[in-house]
Amino acid sequence: MGKLRQCAIYGKGGIGKSTTTQNLVSALAEAGKKVMIVGCDPKADSTRLILHSKAQATVMHLAAEAGSVEDLELEDVMAIGYGGVKCVESGGPEPGVGCAGRGVITAINFLEEEGAYDDDLDFVFYDVLGDVVCGGFAMPIRENKAQEIYIVVSGEMMAMYAANNIAKGIVKYANSGGVRLAGLICNSRKVDREQELIAALAERLGTQMIHFVPRDNVVQHAEIRRMTVIEYDPTCKQADEYRELARKIIENKKLVIPKPLEMDELEELLMEYGVIEQEDESIIGKSKAQEAALAAVA
Amino acid sequence: MQVVEDIKPCYPLFRSDDYKGMIARKREKFEEAPEKTKVDEVFLWTTTKEYQDLNFKREALTINPAKACQPLGAALCGLGYHKTMVYIHGSQGCVAYFRTYFNRHFKEPIAFIADSMTEDAAVFGGQKNIHEGLANASKLYGAEMIAVCTTCIAEVIGDDLNAFINNAKKEGYIGKDFPVPFAHTPSFVGSHVTGWDNMEEGILRYFTLNEMEGKTPGKNGKINIVPGFETYLGNYRVIKRMLREMGVEFTMLSDPEEVLDTPADGTYRMYAGGTTIEEVKDAPNAITTFLIQPLGLDKTKKFIENTWNHEVPKLNIPMGVEWTDEWLMKISEVTGKPIPESLTKERGRLLDMMTDSHAWLHGKKMALYGDPDFTLGLTKFLLELGVEPTHIVCHNSSKRWEKAMKKVLESSPYGAQAKIYPGADLWHLRSLCFTEKPDFLIGNSYGKYIQRDTLHKGKEFEVPLIRIGFPIFDRHHLHRMTTLGYEGAMYILTTLVNAVLDRLDEETRYMAATDYNYDLIR
Repeated sequence: MGKLRQCAIYGKGGIGKSTTTQNLVSALAEAGKKVMIVGCDPKADSTRLILHSKAQATVMHLAAEAGSVEDLELEDVMAIGYGGVKCVESGGPEPGVGCAGRGVITAINFLEEEGAYDDDLDFVFYDVLGDVVCGGFAMPIRENKAQEIYIVVSGEMMAMYAANNIAKGIVKYANSGGVRLAGLICNSRKVDREQELIAALAERLGTQMIHFVPRDNVVQHAEIRRMTVIEYDPTCKQADEYRELARKIIENKKLVIPKPLEMDELEELLMEYGVIEQEDESIIGKSKAQEAALAAVA
Repeated sequence: MQVVEDIKPCYPLFRSDDYKGMIARKREKFEEAPEKTKVDEVFLWTTTKEYQDLNFKREALTINPAKACQPLGAALCGLGYHKTMVYIHGSQGCVAYFRTYFNRHFKEPIAFIADSMTEDAAVFGGQKNIHEGLANASKLYGAEMIAVCTTCIAEVIGDDLNAFINNAKKEGYIGKDFPVPFAHTPSFVGSHVTGWDNMEEGILRYFTLNEMEGKTPGKNGKINIVPGFETYLGNYRVIKRMLREMGVEFTMLSDPEEVLDTPADGTYRMYAGGTTIEEVKDAPNAITTFLIQPLGLDKTKKFIENTWNHEVPKLNIPMGVEWTDEWLMKISEVTGKPIPESLTKERGRLLDMMTDSHAWLHGKKMALYGDPDFTLGLTKFLLELGVEPTHIVCHNSSKRWEKAMKKVLESSPYGAQAKIYPGADLWHLRSLCFTEKPDFLIGNSYGKYIQRDTLHKGKEFEVPLIRIGFPIFDRHHLHRMTTLGYEGAMYILTTLVNAVLDRLDEETRYMAATDYNYDLIR
């Protein structure tokens, strides 16, 4: 067995991180790799396609039931799914209460103490909630945890903003430790010139677009069956895309400290690719009446 | 009223008629207090079995905990290192509490630093506090090591000590080579015992993890001692004495014996004694490492086994006769040094004392509470003395404690009646002291409230407290005593038997009633 590689997947909420991660992990498992997924999101939807379940019982939920985390055993929280993939969900509170970030810290500490990171594993993937909103959600990229970060992104403006913000977060940790940006995964939204745009963004960040995953409805067909594409229809073209992504990640050596863009630079890039238009500063803050008055003068 | 010539403290001042009157008027006019009969009725209800059943159904609420939090333990661990300033990343109030807690127990000044996280730090993260804090601390206090641990606030927002400290070094707030070991010590996980373990592991890791080249077990011919959360200064001394008598060289990994017992000679010592960095770096070369309190040192043990490749001996806390025997024999076995005559003689003296006091201790029922290893070791010695432990409360227990406890109790007929209460607090124990009254209660100062409450029901219900444990705030200098080894057993035995005799005197002091047994010779 080679050295365990730990990877964290970040990206804007709703971009398809969990779907991409699970399909990727299935492809890795198919290729004979031993993988563990750690869902770091109170929604706990990071393992459902691997386990064919609605939502896995989470570490925090089980801990709350048992009284404390110390009362749990590893087998209580870990489920084995497709291709022998080990699945854990950190879980967390209902929206509006408590602290989900602490849930992530508690869950990962628990896994470490209980020896979940055994020598057999090739990969651990952390599927982390939308934005790195607090220190807890940066837990997966602390020293001795995930050293490779992949950002899932699409050609939509907000997704790119988010990717750039995440890159800023990585810089903070990269300067003091070994964590590196390993690439952008473009999960296509069929935006015009999307592939070029993300490739350009990747270049500006100093990284690579590791793979362009095209949009295909088979992903949704598989998803309503709570399956990954790899398992649902291994012969389809989309399955090959995930296999290609998996291959590239296995071979990936390009780990960098990102160079996040300033807001102006990012907007320029978006303008260059026609995602946003040049803004007309003369109209900012003007009400309809004011504009009418100005027009009358002119 | 007070008069200048005769200033009285609150007791007996508040027993004087004018104060009694004032307090009664206040109660009547402003407090809206229930009738005394109602108060008595409720009090009596809290002493019943019915109340106890309800009490044990409590789920979320802790009343009168018998444990403290992680950073308190981490701070004690850091204190035991040479010229080490304990730096607590978190809020100021927590750290003031740790200082006063130790002040009150050791009657010594205690220096810990807080980096006083406030609301902005809670929002933006505590990196700035660490940067400025380390910069100031390293310049102001002449420390050679800064040991960092955390309070709840830093842990809830997920501050990453490793990253923050590295950044502080990179950005020049503190010298690159300045040793800053650290440990995450969330107060809401485990107890002071866990915190001690975490800090110890953090310090050992910091100085040895990446410097293992050329180090092999046995190279320096010494043994290491990891004391764990230990507040009896005599215990550090007795361990050292026993090893010296055996001619065994050793390294005590965390040794606050000096700094917690500095002399009054006009010089304030912020640091005194303690384990040096050189000793820590050399520790992997020891023959092996002995854990004095093995139930609370999981993380340290794992590190020592995995990184130092030490075969950590499986032993119990050296309390009482048999477990001290085993401890000494194991030391002798791994070092090849025989147990000297002096220790054999000491053991003989202990046995002599046990025989002398046996008549008074045999069959006495005693409840006890405290940390996992302490309660286990004390139970073992009580059984050796023929004392019957009744209720054994360990708030910060573990499954291993439960297993070990059951094994010990099963090993002696005196243990047959004992019940263990893992995770219980002192309010649970209060109920037990009413419903199944022990003769005595052994534990820290907080047990005095159980003694007061049981006395309130009537003299015959009173459960006297024997103070052995931590913290002891209301008696002086007991922290200098010894509970480990044969010497420690002598101290415990002396304390217990004299408590029994004091009590007997108290009950037989009534002239022409019980004083037929108020004997001069016991």
